[in-house]
Amino acid sequence: MRSAFIEALTELAESDKRITLVVGDLGFGVVTDFARRFPSQFVNAGVSEQNMTGLAAGMALSGRIVFTYSIGNFSTLRCLEQIRNDVCYHKADVKIVAIGGGLAYGALGVSHYATEDIAVMRALPNMRVVAPGDPVEARLAVRAIAEEHGPAYLRLGRDKEPVVHHNLPGFFIGKAITVKPGGDITLIATGGMLYNTVKASEELSSMGIDARVLSMHTIEPLDREAVLSAAKETSAIFTVEEHSTVGGLGSAVADVLAEAGCVPERFVKLGLPPKFPDVVGDQEFLKSRYRLDVAGIVGRVLETLGIQGNAAVESAGTQITSS
Amino acid sequence: MDLREIVVGEEIAKAVSEADVARIEELALRLRRHCVMMTHRARSSHIGSCFSAVELLAVLYTQVLRVNPNWPDWPDRDRFIMSKGHAAAALYATLAEVGFFPVERLKAFCQNGSNMPGHATHSAVPGVEISTGSLGHGLSVGVGMALAAKRDGKGYRVFVMLSDGECDEGSTWEAALFAPHHKLDNLIAIVDYNKIQSLGMVKEVLDLDPLAEKWKAFGWAVREVEGHDVHALIDVFSALPFETGKPSCVIAHTVKGKGVSFMENKLLWHYRSPQGEELERALAELVNGKKPVL
Repeated sequence: MRSAFIEALTELAESDKRITLVVGDLGFGVVTDFARRFPSQFVNAGVSEQNMTGLAAGMALSGRIVFTYSIGNFSTLRCLEQIRNDVCYHKADVKIVAIGGGLAYGALGVSHYATEDIAVMRALPNMRVVAPGDPVEARLAVRAIAEEHGPAYLRLGRDKEPVVHHNLPGFFIGKAITVKPGGDITLIATGGMLYNTVKASEELSSMGIDARVLSMHTIEPLDREAVLSAAKETSAIFTVEEHSTVGGLGSAVADVLAEAGCVPERFVKLGLPPKFPDVVGDQEFLKSRYRLDVAGIVGRVLETLGIQGNAAVESAGTQITSS
Repeated sequence: MDLREIVVGEEIAKAVSEADVARIEELALRLRRHCVMMTHRARSSHIGSCFSAVELLAVLYTQVLRVNPNWPDWPDRDRFIMSKGHAAAALYATLAEVGFFPVERLKAFCQNGSNMPGHATHSAVPGVEISTGSLGHGLSVGVGMALAAKRDGKGYRVFVMLSDGECDEGSTWEAALFAPHHKLDNLIAIVDYNKIQSLGMVKEVLDLDPLAEKWKAFGWAVREVEGHDVHALIDVFSALPFETGKPSCVIAHTVKGKGVSFMENKLLWHYRSPQGEELERALAELVNGKKPVL
């Protein structure tokens, strides 16, 4: 997604001189070419995210469209008040980009896990929150948030995310993409969880369970219509996110369901428990530990539906209890 | 429309007459009276922080800033950021006095249902560049505006007024490190150095001295000035930028609560609003043609 992001931003920067990239001294090998090609549209703020965000607001209030860029929490939590007061309150045209959403920097430890960012960003007034599901969506998301004036948060993975969309999908802020139709249950994924969710739906399909898959690339504003349709047309909703189950996609969907008085028979939030991991490992290891791998998602679905004795369930169960 | 006829602060190149100075001192007096009445009606804090900044604001808005009260969003205006947003009463009063909006509107300050909060707010009145209130934000935003001006070939300048307590904030020093590196000589930081912060004397809470040397070491061109001396302030601001290629820092030595004898240098008046006899005494000291009793 990182490459998709910088490629899309480079295209925009060529045709629109207002596009400006401000980095917090991160992006080795990613931003170098952009910096060389567009020196008047690039700033390295140094290791100072508060200043990075404040000066981005100042540049945006002077007519630029500014993207700030850093790893996970550095571009969000570290400078949260600058985002709230300087960017959101003034509706400044600043797009905050975080690389490594979720557990992408697995082995680097807790400091590098962006696992509460969606919850925090979606609570801010005037903020759009976008977590594209694959590199194709990431490219479209960059263009979409640049075209819409005002603050946005773009949560990206790293560079290993497989492509899900082999045809160009329609991409609109606030509109879910139906990746696979289905009438039994609905799996709503955000960010890099889309791929595993699609794979899980394929396994479920082979077991006779027809799962609808939605790519909920925009968490704020949430596509209420898609959520409520899923609640009416299918018997269970599972939200899938590489993020804490507190305040993220699952919570946003739950809000919509509860407020509409339209709760499906089953509603389950698949995500990370709100506690710090006690073991280290790469992203795939950690995902399987938290049952966000394909087997884990399939297992959680089958358990919820009361279907037992499946190999996938046993496999996932082993992984989660083996610590 | 010839902007030069209506733009405030185009007089800098002219010799400033004694009559001009007297006019600015009278403006400062009126600003203090507004602040007294605003904080009195609102029962709000920070009158001491307003009073230390009054001459600075009066000089900036009559002699220095290229702004247009009839066109607050004029793209080429100088930007002024009140990073010490708690002195909002003084800023609002100044903007009203120089014609951005009717003085009458100051009565809405902090009142229930009004849109004029006790910290500087961009949507409150015309002329407030950005909203502040949490310390340590203004200089970074100013840096961004100054950098954009440089890169876009614009001639406007960016002024940021900081409190001394605000110099405790790490974010202030992030911005202070950035500005000289990018040679932002269109950026001016003004420190209202009144020596008292929220819970005590700066020297006792978190000593800033030697403050000028700190800014110099970060790469700024620094001048110190007596912050209530209108002549001296005009001189200092007429020398901007102090050095080509460097941002300028004005350290204004001021007195918290300046202008009302029983408020001067008193921490209490960071919080207290004048009521009853104190209100009367304060207003009595802020009378045209009289120097405050010290």
